[in-house]
Amino acid sequence: MTTQTITRADICVAAVSDAFKGSGEVLAHAVGIVPAIGVRLAKATHTPELALSDGEAFMMAEAPPLLKTAAAGGTPEAWVPFRSIFDIVASGRRHSMMGASQIDRYGNQNISSIGDWRQPKRQLIGVRGAPGNTVNHRVDYWVAKHSARIFVDRVDVASGVGNDRAVGTAARFHDLGVIVTNLAVFGYDDSGLVKVVSIHPGVAPEELQEATGFPIDAADAPLTREPTPDELKIIEAEDPKGLRFKEVH
Amino acid sequence: MNKTPLDKTLPLTEVAGKLESGMTIGIGGWGSRRKPMALVKEILRSDVTDLTVVAFGGPDVGLLARAGKIRKLVYGFVSLDSIPLDPNFTRARERGEIPETSEYDEGMFVAGLRAGANRLSFQPIRAGLGSDVMAMNPDLETVRSPYDDEEYVAVPGLRLDVSLIHLNRADAAGNGQYLGPDPYFDDLFAMAADTTILSVEQIVSTDDLTAKAPPQTLLVPRIFVNHVVEAPGGAHFTSCDPDYGRDEEFQKAYVAAAKSESDSDWTEFEERYL
Repeated sequence: MTTQTITRADICVAAVSDAFKGSGEVLAHAVGIVPAIGVRLAKATHTPELALSDGEAFMMAEAPPLLKTAAAGGTPEAWVPFRSIFDIVASGRRHSMMGASQIDRYGNQNISSIGDWRQPKRQLIGVRGAPGNTVNHRVDYWVAKHSARIFVDRVDVASGVGNDRAVGTAARFHDLGVIVTNLAVFGYDDSGLVKVVSIHPGVAPEELQEATGFPIDAADAPLTREPTPDELKIIEAEDPKGLRFKEVH
Repeated sequence: MNKTPLDKTLPLTEVAGKLESGMTIGIGGWGSRRKPMALVKEILRSDVTDLTVVAFGGPDVGLLARAGKIRKLVYGFVSLDSIPLDPNFTRARERGEIPETSEYDEGMFVAGLRAGANRLSFQPIRAGLGSDVMAMNPDLETVRSPYDDEEYVAVPGLRLDVSLIHLNRADAAGNGQYLGPDPYFDDLFAMAADTTILSVEQIVSTDDLTAKAPPQTLLVPRIFVNHVVEAPGGAHFTSCDPDYGRDEEFQKAYVAAAKSESDSDWTEFEERYL
């Protein structure tokens, strides 16, 4: 076998997979190409009980081709149209990895709009399910192009609830996990602030700080692990067309 | 055959006559999927305006916003699915052309519809607590559980004057059938409305509805449907599986025209489309 070069995208996929380790028999919700491959890798390796979605109306025992729905292949094992998704969310039997247009130091996430929501400078998609996800089950974030425009001091609209806002009964099931980006993996410290968990090989701590709009300490951060040869084989099989390289260069 | 009392068929051209300015209109489908586009076009061609639109938004919201028909929008998102944002909607928001908005979490939106369908003034839900949805909707109240210390968001019931939905088949009495993978929330929209206008790809006999498909596909019973419109291709350019998928090329053309700096590109698209 020829030696494979380990790319940044593959490191990100492995980090996503690690985020789902131990999630148990829950529905994995993954937004983005790298998260979609990452949950497949998690299911194929350490968490086989994970339930995958086709992104439409089915839970899949055998996943369809990447970014395709059950209509293109795979084996459905349950019918989960949108109406049952919100029931699954409320039941807590779900683990999301969502995207973010802004994230702040407490892990508040914004996908709604930039500027004053009354008349936004830039209207985005809307809060979607972020408020409900973050008060009901584990939520991670995926940022493909880490920048100081995304990692901001304060988000303009808190769509996903951050650690400082999770008070009262909203805190009961609040569970922010990690933020995987193309530069690093973040978690949260005891006071709920974003902290560096690991930095990807080839990324300098200064570069990471420069791309982050609030102070972080990456000086002693360990390197994010590389996927094993077995994992690389699975990643390649799930994404033979290399769609992950379009998301992460 | 003479029209029986249960013949609710309505020509597409008479749809606008059932609508009035100032109404609250629910629109079924989800993003750029199974939107009642033929019915939406009838609104666009009419002088009906000042609408409160309640929808999981797609190009229906984009088109109505661009046409200046929306006074208030109640939504969880507006997206074209394969293209994340609808430029007509984002432009209208950024220019302040939608006077009032209620941006909800998707689960809250469903809770509001369920409450409306059940004639309840609210439904409790955990979603929204701690988020800026509360700030964006200052009229939203929370409610304390009478049984324990829990606190929930009390999503007000969404009651609709009219719902517009599109399905694959129906009979003339208004029994509606979907044949795709997801019902979305079209039955809830119908139940939450005083009047429901259902458009379908094809009107068939009641027998034919279950000749090839199981009875579980009968999504909307006629007791919640007032008018049935036969509109083949009535969801175009959104999807209406399994009859047709989303017309991605057409959707791209819609986005390009909506994004264009030149108003004539949009006018050209409108003329071609409408």
